[in-house]
Amino acid sequence: MKVLVPVKRVVDYNVKVRVKSDGTGVELSHVKMSMNPFDEIAVEEALRLKEAGIATEVVAVSIGPAQASETLRTALAMGADRGILVKTDATVEPLAVAKILKAVIAEEAPRLVILGKQAIDDDANQTGQMLAALLGWGQGTFASKVVIDGDAVLVTREIDGGAQTVRLALPAIVTTDLRLNEPRYASLPNIMKAKKKPIDEKSPDGYGVDVAPRLKVLTTAEPAGRKAGVKVGSVSELVAKLKDEAGVI
Amino acid sequence: MATLLLAEHDNKALNGVTAKALTAATALGAPVHVLVAGQDAKAVAEAAAALSGVDKVLLADDALYAHRLAEPLAALLVSLAGGYDAIVAPSTSMTKNVLPRVAALLDVMQVSDIIKVVSPDTFERPIYAGNAIQTVQSTDAKKVITVRTASFAATGAGGSAAVEAVGAQADPGVSSFVDESLAVSDRPELTAAKIIVSGGRAVGSKEKFGEVIEPLADVLGAAVGASRAAVDAGYAPNDWQVGQTGKVVAPELYVAIGISGAIQHLAGMKDSKVIVAINKDEEAPIFQVADYGLVGDLFAIVPELKSEIAKVKG
Repeated sequence: MKVLVPVKRVVDYNVKVRVKSDGTGVELSHVKMSMNPFDEIAVEEALRLKEAGIATEVVAVSIGPAQASETLRTALAMGADRGILVKTDATVEPLAVAKILKAVIAEEAPRLVILGKQAIDDDANQTGQMLAALLGWGQGTFASKVVIDGDAVLVTREIDGGAQTVRLALPAIVTTDLRLNEPRYASLPNIMKAKKKPIDEKSPDGYGVDVAPRLKVLTTAEPAGRKAGVKVGSVSELVAKLKDEAGVI
Repeated sequence: MATLLLAEHDNKALNGVTAKALTAATALGAPVHVLVAGQDAKAVAEAAAALSGVDKVLLADDALYAHRLAEPLAALLVSLAGGYDAIVAPSTSMTKNVLPRVAALLDVMQVSDIIKVVSPDTFERPIYAGNAIQTVQSTDAKKVITVRTASFAATGAGGSAAVEAVGAQADPGVSSFVDESLAVSDRPELTAAKIIVSGGRAVGSKEKFGEVIEPLADVLGAAVGASRAAVDAGYAPNDWQVGQTGKVVAPELYVAIGISGAIQHLAGMKDSKVIVAINKDEEAPIFQVADYGLVGDLFAIVPELKSEIAKVKG
């Protein structure tokens, strides 16, 4: 069974992003970029399926600028077999990403696609669901457990108030939540080996996908700030303030 | 044309976030119809019909919608979409699963997690864990929108809309429900709570969460939250997670205990009315957003705080 794992290059989760003073977006030059953390979990899950003898090949795909090949190298260093870079300098919205991935899937014919549930830059939480829709496949979003069962996959999902398990016919889409696994670090020998693994280069045009954005970004602004308050010296002072000043207890 | 609002519920009761999303749906300017998709969910439909500003309630009552799986529910929404300019839902784990599927089937780019309706096609939404606010204009003919309910007040009662039955659509047949385990709790839900007591990694263990954080929550009648670090470490269940990738809350009082205040946590709670931070590190970023900070050992402070509050509440 082939597993496809889409990965996104995003601003590293430790970076505090700054809004550009002219309101045209956030400052992205000279900022550390990394693989979206939920995508690392997706790569890890695919690798575990391969190590369990269930997956035969793990293919990583990234849609983005030339530098997104670094993100693919990270996936290859973790253990993915090969990469596909769909190169574009445009901002590609989740709907267009889903359309490109659908075209990649038509060529690659994976039985399972594992994606991060959301990217930590646009926080949209859409791509996996949209891809499932376009393919007419079942979707196991926000997964905390993935079990392949013959021609189906059992996905335990994080939902408000607890967990839900669904059974999906394969091929299917899974999106990862935090507790699915703890991604491995790539070892130095594996990082070296990854440099020799193949990355195919493609383009959205080559797939016949129009990536023109549907959402026009009018402005990007700093959120309303919040001022630091006071430090109190004791529990009784805190309780008094909450009761008399803030009136919340 | 009208706006279709997808209701959040558990087949028995209408979840309060629906009334908050209704405020956003109403701001689009068109009449609002509420869709209740569930099994034996008549009471939910009646509750939705009683909300002020609801024009009509559609009730799709069928075993197929008992657990609101994305595949059949998206098919239902798409079958109804022709009559609507916009499909709106409160942002919950159910709608985050279903709505993007609907959007893609309609070839629409969804606008996720709006915090403000600027005009019927223009919205504000947070990106980068709320570190930036984007104003976006949708160029799609139909809008598909999820609403960050912490940013909208609930619409009140006083409506008396008609409830109309709609038939089930064919099951796409690619998914089925296996089981569900829902935590049974007497505490309020995170997204509805007026007070939230949250613990971070410094709490140290699942047992300590139970011994230190939960008793304080109970004396305050509060919901319990947790930082991503605490969830990651297995101290708290995932659905307690407050932050960028968890729940976004805006209670009257938020008590952050042993939480350093990582960007992704602040994203989920910085709109709270009053924030209290208890942390042994006086440089912790959480103090930069806290109205009241107390520096010290949480294991000494929190039990004392609990008994002081119990005294005040008498």
